[in-house]
Amino acid sequence: MNSENKNYVIKINEMHKWFGSFHVLKNINLEVGQGERIVICGPSGSGKSTLIRCINRLEVHQQGHISVNGIELSGDLKNLEAIRSDVGMVFQSFNLFPHLSVLENCTLAPIWVRKMPKKDAEELAMEYLERVKIPEQAQKFPGQLSGGQQQRVAIARALCMKPKIMLFDEPTSALDPEMIKEVLDTMIELAETGMTMLVVTHEMGFAKKVADRVIFMDEGEIIEQNTPKLFFTKPTNNRTKLFLSQILNH
Amino acid sequence: MVFDKNNYSPGTHPDLPPPLGTVGVVGWLKNNLFSSLSNSILTLLSLYLLYLLIEGGLSWFVVDAVVNANDKPGCRKIADGACWAVIVKRFDQFIYGFYPLAERWRIDVSFCLLFVAAAPLLYPDIKFRKYMLVFSCIYPFIAFILIKGGLFNLLMIETNLFGGAMLTVIIGVTSIACSLPLGILLALGRQSRLKLVKVISVCFIEFMRGVPLITLLFVASTMLNYFLPPGTNFNLLIRVIIMMTFFSAAYIAEVIRGGIQAIPKGQYEAADAIGLTYWQTTRFITLPQALKISIPGIVNTFIGLYKDTTLVVIIGLLDPLGIGRAALADTKWNGLSTETYLFVAVIFFISCFAMSRYSLWLEKKLSTDHN
Repeated sequence: MNSENKNYVIKINEMHKWFGSFHVLKNINLEVGQGERIVICGPSGSGKSTLIRCINRLEVHQQGHISVNGIELSGDLKNLEAIRSDVGMVFQSFNLFPHLSVLENCTLAPIWVRKMPKKDAEELAMEYLERVKIPEQAQKFPGQLSGGQQQRVAIARALCMKPKIMLFDEPTSALDPEMIKEVLDTMIELAETGMTMLVVTHEMGFAKKVADRVIFMDEGEIIEQNTPKLFFTKPTNNRTKLFLSQILNH
Repeated sequence: MVFDKNNYSPGTHPDLPPPLGTVGVVGWLKNNLFSSLSNSILTLLSLYLLYLLIEGGLSWFVVDAVVNANDKPGCRKIADGACWAVIVKRFDQFIYGFYPLAERWRIDVSFCLLFVAAAPLLYPDIKFRKYMLVFSCIYPFIAFILIKGGLFNLLMIETNLFGGAMLTVIIGVTSIACSLPLGILLALGRQSRLKLVKVISVCFIEFMRGVPLITLLFVASTMLNYFLPPGTNFNLLIRVIIMMTFFSAAYIAEVIRGGIQAIPKGQYEAADAIGLTYWQTTRFITLPQALKISIPGIVNTFIGLYKDTTLVVIIGLLDPLGIGRAALADTKWNGLSTETYLFVAVIFFISCFAMSRYSLWLEKKLSTDHN
């Protein structure tokens, strides 16, 4: 690892991405420090989800550089699985495995990717399920849980891999209002442990409370980034002002 | 209508029993058989028709039926119902074909062991499953040696003596057991990113599905000799089993492909995101879900395959249908086609109905939704 990357766990440099001929991400430059918590917001279709999906290569960028933990993401990546196992991801639609119990959802990757003995993996899973406050649901199937519970299981599943970075792709957008809080509380607790987090969300309360930096994206570009305090009180760009007025005044 | 005569203050309303006549036997009858005037009329009409059928059928099937006779005229002398004597006299043939009498215990043993071997595969929660699976793995060899003989002082039996239900079970079970894994591989191959694998899978599937099974069986019985090196003597039964396997594997592959495509994209993304490899994803995420979705289609194909084994009659193998036709060709039993075909139908119905019930049970068991 060279000294330049030392403090940054993610470095994105002049990155572009197209869906067919649609230019979805334009000249993205972003550096994320160890333990930094970043909230990415912006109107729908602005490329925020695509951006964080590029970080664990669920989407492939076509130009520029992305490095995660000092490893460059490129076409001839041999140990993509190893990098992915260091980057946890939580999806909008949970994406739990419906045919596996909650516990099996959490132990699958530790057992098969981390080669952990089954017993240790189960202990680890129970530890994280307790942390997201649903140890009593361990034997149930995802289909038997509420949306909020499912999303907390998804967080526990990602944490069981002991990732260095956590990506959240609109984790509360598919939830009822009363369940949003339980998921956000879990995320706030996680933030307090010093985890590096990139969160795509419309929950501005969460951004104000835990983010070190808020990034505003529109039409595939990073328009503005600042600390939450300055971002919400003194936005400089007109598009940011418009966006903030739309989501804060309703 | 039941009115609540008591007024409860908010929050103190107790759980009351449901109104009379909505649950239990009376409720069921009311809901299912007599829910409206037209429904009631239809129920009564159906009961009457059922009565007519049973009354007429019972006398032919049971009351006037003859079990003991030496030929058809013998039957008719006793009574004019069904002449089951044809089945009774030829029962052994219907089950064992022309397998030598003294060696038939080998078929019986193999058949019983088949259930032991199949149990751990069919019932995942069975006790000692691990040990039983070992037996399942060696069972094909045990069955082969038992049935075919030629080893351990067992008399070698030529396969042209095989026949009856035993032949159906051999062809059916072997083809079913082989076509599922082959079908899974073909389904995965068709979805593969490797172009060559994909092309081979697609060609195989499309060719097998595009050609009638009977044609394939003719190919197996006659033409295959032209393609194989001269002097190769390739058993006809094995050729038939291979063709049957290939044929149903193509169908199974398409059924499973449907199941694979029904899995939401998010499942693969989640599997990728936690770092699973392609084969781990296939084994733990894709196949368990795809196979579960495909159970009705897979069993449908298996039942079809099982019944299609009757086609082997055309290339000279005597399955129950062939045995039945042979019996009908016998001047002693000439004209008893109703009895013969009914019996053949029953043989097939038992197996196919069992498969169908098993698949329903499995679907329920694997369901992980609410309830």
